[in-house]
Amino acid sequence: MGWAIAVHGGAGDIPLSLPPEKRLPREAGLRRCLDVGIAALKAHNHPLDVVELVRELENNPHFNAGKGSVLTTSGTVEMEACIMDGKTMKCGAVSGVSTVVNAISLARLVMDKTPHIYLAFDGAEAFAREQGLETVEMSHFITPENIERLKQAQEADRVQLDYTQPIQKEVPKDAALADGDSQIGTVGCVAVDNEGNLATATSTGGIVNKMVGRIGDTPIIGAGTYANHLCAVSATGRGEAIIRGTIARDVAAVMEFKGLSLKEAAAYVIDQVPRGNAGLVAVSSTGEVAMPFNTTGMFRACATEDGYSEIAIWDSPTK
Amino acid sequence: MEASIMDGPKRRCGAVSGLSTVKNPVSLARLVMDKSPHSYLAFSGAEDFAKKQGVELVDNEYFITEDNVGMLKLAKEANSILFDYRIPTIGTCGAGAAAMESPLQMNGLPISVYAPETVGCVVVDKEGRCAAATSTGGLMNKMTGRIGDSPLIGSGTYACDLCGVSCTGEGEAIIRSTLAREVGAVMEYKGLNLHEAVDFVIKNRLDEGKAGLIAVSKNGEVACGFNTTGMFRGCATEDGFMEVGVW
Repeated sequence: MGWAIAVHGGAGDIPLSLPPEKRLPREAGLRRCLDVGIAALKAHNHPLDVVELVRELENNPHFNAGKGSVLTTSGTVEMEACIMDGKTMKCGAVSGVSTVVNAISLARLVMDKTPHIYLAFDGAEAFAREQGLETVEMSHFITPENIERLKQAQEADRVQLDYTQPIQKEVPKDAALADGDSQIGTVGCVAVDNEGNLATATSTGGIVNKMVGRIGDTPIIGAGTYANHLCAVSATGRGEAIIRGTIARDVAAVMEFKGLSLKEAAAYVIDQVPRGNAGLVAVSSTGEVAMPFNTTGMFRACATEDGYSEIAIWDSPTK
Repeated sequence: MEASIMDGPKRRCGAVSGLSTVKNPVSLARLVMDKSPHSYLAFSGAEDFAKKQGVELVDNEYFITEDNVGMLKLAKEANSILFDYRIPTIGTCGAGAAAMESPLQMNGLPISVYAPETVGCVVVDKEGRCAAATSTGGLMNKMTGRIGDSPLIGSGTYACDLCGVSCTGEGEAIIRSTLAREVGAVMEYKGLNLHEAVDFVIKNRLDEGKAGLIAVSKNGEVACGFNTTGMFRGCATEDGFMEVGVW
């Protein structure tokens, strides 16, 4: 037993040829979030406080959460986030947030300060103001890279529609986003303290060119985010696949009902999802860590009390 | 209003939240599943989608009943008493700060004031294909923008190749326990049959939360379970069995 922490910065078709200027800032971001999380664990902070540090990644424009969120088809930002406490099973979630600097902190306030679990859109924004959370103009979150990604995605859509039927069928909607970089998803953090208390947090801008009002897997308890007394899970990838696979919940269910270890359960669940669609980070109450994915890569990092740590994107650790 | 629908065999799903003018939210949820690249649309985005799909829209007043206007008034009054007197123990109207912990209260009010009457339907056909759908107006006096369990796949609604499930009751408790998925998970990973799964889940997963569910299995079985005083329900099977019940 001992504490453990894992963070992810999105799973997807991350090209092996990813240039350093795109790879290094993200690795640095993961490293920083990990370090801050480790310090919090060493200081015996509550696991919820530890995972809420995913806001470091929200503030980092290189990740699709908070600043740097991908854009809706209307060019707006609609962020969502979710947090869950494995010990009490209390949880909080928000969607459709456009002005709150840290959506994960708003999700935590929903959990702590309301009788509800999930607030969205205008209601979530109003609550944020009531609570005095930091809000800014939506333009704060929008980066030139994401404006470009949206442009490319909308071009691809238009191009698809211009060609004849057969081509349209061969090219699935999302594959048209030729730049694998644009597949970069969600950020998440899971942690367990040295008493076995677990927590998870996930935050995202969603998917490029999504319909206004589209909600993904991140704020759906059991899909993108889940924690109980056995493990804490945060998933990333194609939201629609993660929802139907109830990924985060199933890792814990498989551990409980089939008696598998965390690593076996996590691998089992990811295996059930069609290739190229999902990844997750998870920790167990006994301090194990698992970070399986069936995509080309997943930005991730982890550390355990015994001194092990890792930062990786593809299959072999870069450190 | 919010709703969700799920198709067991391929686990396709559709959900909507924050609707105010769509006459049949569950049908919009189906359209999200069938006609959009997404699984869940909410608020103005969902309303826009509804317009584009040409579904029947009505004025918000259409949905509002006198009873509900009265109940909202009661709920608000009870809340304001809570604020003004800061009653630490259970007061005459049954509301109080301590009441937050009690399973029969929510938001400081007796759960009956909320009249949680979500509707749902689960079905299995002759070929063992299951489906489930749930629809609701949510909680009386809920915060604007509050989303409950009904549109959340795995919580209020779930269907896979083994079963179809629809839940009702305390939304927050149903979400925490991912109640609908739980029935399927216990069947899939523990090998329980439908009735055992429903019993297990209601008995062990709800803690102090109050909820109920209906479920069907690919073998044509139908089951229901609830830890509340009653649950309005009806069911029928091909062999002629039919039942409508409350308690």
